[in-house]
Amino acid sequence: MAMTMHIDIVSAEGEIYSGTAEEAFIPAEMGEIGVLPRHTPLIARLKPGEVRVKKEGSDDLESIFVSGGMVEIQPHVVTVLADTGIRAADIDEAKALEAKERAEEALKNQEDSIDYARAKAELIEATAQLALLKKMRKNLR
Amino acid sequence: MAGAKEIRTQIKSIGNTQKITKAMEMVAASKMRRAKERMEATKPYAHKMKNVIGHLAMAHPEYKHPFLEERDAKRVGVIIISTDRGLCGGLNINLFKAAINALSEWEEHGVEIDLCLIGSKAEAFFKRMGNVVAAINHLGDTPHIEDLIGTVKVMLDAYYDGRIDSLYLVENEFINSMTQKPKVTKLIPVVSTEEKELEHYWDYLYEPDSKEVLDALLMRYIESLVYQGVVENIACEQSARMVAMKAASDNAGDLIDELKLVYNKARQAAITQEISEIVSGAAAVG
Repeated sequence: MAMTMHIDIVSAEGEIYSGTAEEAFIPAEMGEIGVLPRHTPLIARLKPGEVRVKKEGSDDLESIFVSGGMVEIQPHVVTVLADTGIRAADIDEAKALEAKERAEEALKNQEDSIDYARAKAELIEATAQLALLKKMRKNLR
Repeated sequence: MAGAKEIRTQIKSIGNTQKITKAMEMVAASKMRRAKERMEATKPYAHKMKNVIGHLAMAHPEYKHPFLEERDAKRVGVIIISTDRGLCGGLNINLFKAAINALSEWEEHGVEIDLCLIGSKAEAFFKRMGNVVAAINHLGDTPHIEDLIGTVKVMLDAYYDGRIDSLYLVENEFINSMTQKPKVTKLIPVVSTEEKELEHYWDYLYEPDSKEVLDALLMRYIESLVYQGVVENIACEQSARMVAMKAASDNAGDLIDELKLVYNKARQAAITQEISEIVSGAAAVG
């Protein structure tokens, strides 16, 4: 019987694949790597591509698309930590900028509401002063 | 008979409200089930990641990644996860209370705070209380990790640049469908759980190199923790809403029962009065 290893493909949003395999091909950043059981321990970044798994006792390759991520290889366990979307430094940067803009927008609205609160406080103060004035006038008469 | 008519309209309107709250309860119950499944589905990723990071840290004791080293906290970043909508009982308020407690403790020690707000309730509540550096809301029932990357990156960049010295996450913990508990956890520095069972560790081959690999891993790890928090918060929201709406429906039922008693009394009184009027009228004629 052929030697096998366990392969898990997980993403942050859920498990994608889990099973026993005889061989797997993984799209590492610096070129595709083929993994057989008892491979030396390796950690690599992935580029978008397909992970192909040769399942135990079958000649067919099952392919699973990953849009990047990491792979950790141990002699009998392969773990693919897949990303669910394309990652790139500039895309991430743009997203970070968006998040900052949203925060600034929230703060802008804050000024409005602070102004409103301040106006309300001033109004209350003014009415209190007016009431006091009225009272004093009455007493003077 | 005017009283009886008014009571009847009131009963009807309460009945309508009850129908709405019942419907919301059922919707929340089914959404909660799905949210719980999603919550479970996110667990293997973070778990696997933690294992790998543990291995790495063991294999490379000499290399200290910035995320793993303790700094003096002069300024902290806080990520607060809330819901987008209300009608979920005290869920958000309890969370905000816990957050304010933590914030005021830091402030007492002269620590400055940068806030990162997830969910429109947190935005509405905290925007006046501190320095908000990032915000996101309306992630929907099925959030995607891509939507969170930017928000988390703002905080991670701040940590890299030394603008913040540690990063905390304030979230709701799903204990069961009746109980949710606010929880404040430290994300960075990553609290290393020194597991002694890892005795036969090994070094890896790295592609491209160990530093970059660790960078990418830790970034994804923090993101996945925040994502988990968001997914868990949805499960909390739905179950809190389910409980709140069940209480509302029950209360509406009680109100209707009481009003029905009053209504019947009013009706009976009117009938009695009418009979006595007829009888006295007949007596006067006779």
